[in-house]
Amino acid sequence: MAHHYSELRRPLVLGDKTLHDVTNDVCSSIEGKPSLMWWVGWLATGSVAAMGVGVILYQIYVGIGTWGLNKTVGWGFDITNFVFWIGIGHAGTLISAVLFLFRQKWRTSINRSAEAMTLFAVICAFVFPVIHMGRPWIGAIWIAPYPNLRGPIWVNVRSPLLWDVFAISTYFTISLCFWYIGLIPDLATVRDRAKHWARKVFYGTLSMGWRGSVRHWNHYETTYMIFAGLATPLVFSVHSIVSMDFATSVLPGWHTTIFPPYFVAGAIFSGFAMVLTLLLIARETMNLKSYITEDHLDNMGKIIILTGSMVGLAYSTEFLIAWYSGSTYELFAFINRATGPFAWSYWIMVSCNVISPQVLWFRKLRRSPIFLFIMSIFVNIGMWFERFVIIVTSLHRDFLPSSWAHYYPTWVEIATLAGTFGIFFFLFFCFIRLLPGIAFGEVKGVMKMGRTHKHEHKPAEVSHA
Amino acid sequence: MPEEQNNLFMAVFTDEDHCLEAVKACTQANFTYHDVLAPYAVHGLDRAMGLPFSKITWVTFLCGLGGTSIAFLGMGYISGWDWPLNIGGKGALPFPAMVPIMFELTVLLGGLCTMLALFAFCFLFPGKQARLFHARQTDDRFVVVLEMDEDFSEAKAREIFTANHAEEIRQVPHDYNVNAAGEDD
Repeated sequence: MAHHYSELRRPLVLGDKTLHDVTNDVCSSIEGKPSLMWWVGWLATGSVAAMGVGVILYQIYVGIGTWGLNKTVGWGFDITNFVFWIGIGHAGTLISAVLFLFRQKWRTSINRSAEAMTLFAVICAFVFPVIHMGRPWIGAIWIAPYPNLRGPIWVNVRSPLLWDVFAISTYFTISLCFWYIGLIPDLATVRDRAKHWARKVFYGTLSMGWRGSVRHWNHYETTYMIFAGLATPLVFSVHSIVSMDFATSVLPGWHTTIFPPYFVAGAIFSGFAMVLTLLLIARETMNLKSYITEDHLDNMGKIIILTGSMVGLAYSTEFLIAWYSGSTYELFAFINRATGPFAWSYWIMVSCNVISPQVLWFRKLRRSPIFLFIMSIFVNIGMWFERFVIIVTSLHRDFLPSSWAHYYPTWVEIATLAGTFGIFFFLFFCFIRLLPGIAFGEVKGVMKMGRTHKHEHKPAEVSHA
Repeated sequence: MPEEQNNLFMAVFTDEDHCLEAVKACTQANFTYHDVLAPYAVHGLDRAMGLPFSKITWVTFLCGLGGTSIAFLGMGYISGWDWPLNIGGKGALPFPAMVPIMFELTVLLGGLCTMLALFAFCFLFPGKQARLFHARQTDDRFVVVLEMDEDFSEAKAREIFTANHAEEIRQVPHDYNVNAAGEDD
């Protein structure tokens, strides 16, 4: 056995916690009475979510004539919000699957809530295409032969919009399974601590009799690895396919081969910003500073600067190719973006996504929670505007000046966007109250990373044998 | 099987390394494991017990392949047979356009079947009562449970467990379960 205390790696969990401390710390938020902060947040987001559900039902009832779309701008807030929310989800899968394959052990403190965020974001995203296609009550048979007057007609399997249906439903299902498999051992721990019969039944049912047998861990670890392996190409495929909704059309500004990697980088960028927004709040209000340490914030800051710079590179590549292609329409689409009637949205996008993350080159700023929080809000705004710019500025002035138009969102569209934020945060508040918000089973497994038995050696007593 | 008559011999550890070393020694001593329980996945504990690699990978592979085939054949039927459409002169069965859905269904079926296989392999289902040898075995205790069969030697087992700092060593009946409501397993 090694007897050196490693100074090379800082511990992933601070405060010299025992295994039992970890269980207690994480379970305290679901076992004790909820704090006042939680009630305030739950009620506030719940009200916005209720308003959102009301508005959604209203536009299903009245129809999408309640939106500000016109013949020229056929996609506006709806698809902007859809792409935005799908993108938010990508950080969760990146943390749970890609970082797992890269053996990034720091992921264990944040993967559970990031995965939950993925699921809630996909739920929010799902709202928009469902309303937009009309007649959502027959939604279940959209991918079967479509009922119409000419007899059964199949869906077009060559349409990226159909690929999207498969991509997003697979993404949601696989993310849900991955999340649930990760939860089982932790739910078993909560079950074995439960005093009240209702809690015993609830957590007992969900944990399915897990007892931690090593024979089961053997299958479990293989399953976890397989899911990480399946989810990694899946997460790249999802936003690639979303980007093909645009890239396979002939519209200048959309018809671009760099869209798939550009969208994936942007998705991870926006997703990490949202993870930061949520975790910085959770860290402050739920006393998780020992688990979500400054090192975690630092790492996330680095991913944001990497993906933010990739997005910046994509913006400039688009401009270069628009000029280099010699296509008048393509060049016009980009000049129109930067100087036309929607130029304000373009410059919000550039300043939030490209310029603002560059300050994260400074280590001090990457480790400052307040600064990172402000930063993450900027990126969230910037990435919403990126999708708005791509969709609306490309559509509103295409080939024929006689068909040019402008787009103004209605109150229904703005209320729906706000409502999905309410639904997203409301579900997150429910989640941190009902389920262990930190994957403590995984955290316990990495607590000894790079260090020896903490009971035997303290940092001061480094022995060079 | 005379197994039903056997009592069990269990040791409780508070540290993953102690448990791992004890299991290595027990495997070397040729003891039969009734079960080894850990609150989290301890790296190498399964191999130390002498467990083979999980066969779940085969389920994933075959079901994934099933997903690819269903997607290919389904799209072939829809757009090549039942209602052929020639779009852009690319024929009724353009392979590149079929790849995304083939990939998605591979992942979907592969993943779902892998999860179901995990439940089947571990015999997990909603409502099952967990069998607990220690009230904190899902929290911070590592438990090694040995069968007291003909290969078993109590003196040797005690020696191994004591040398590896076991917190508690004792003999328990074959149906031992600290989970009061537990009757299953």
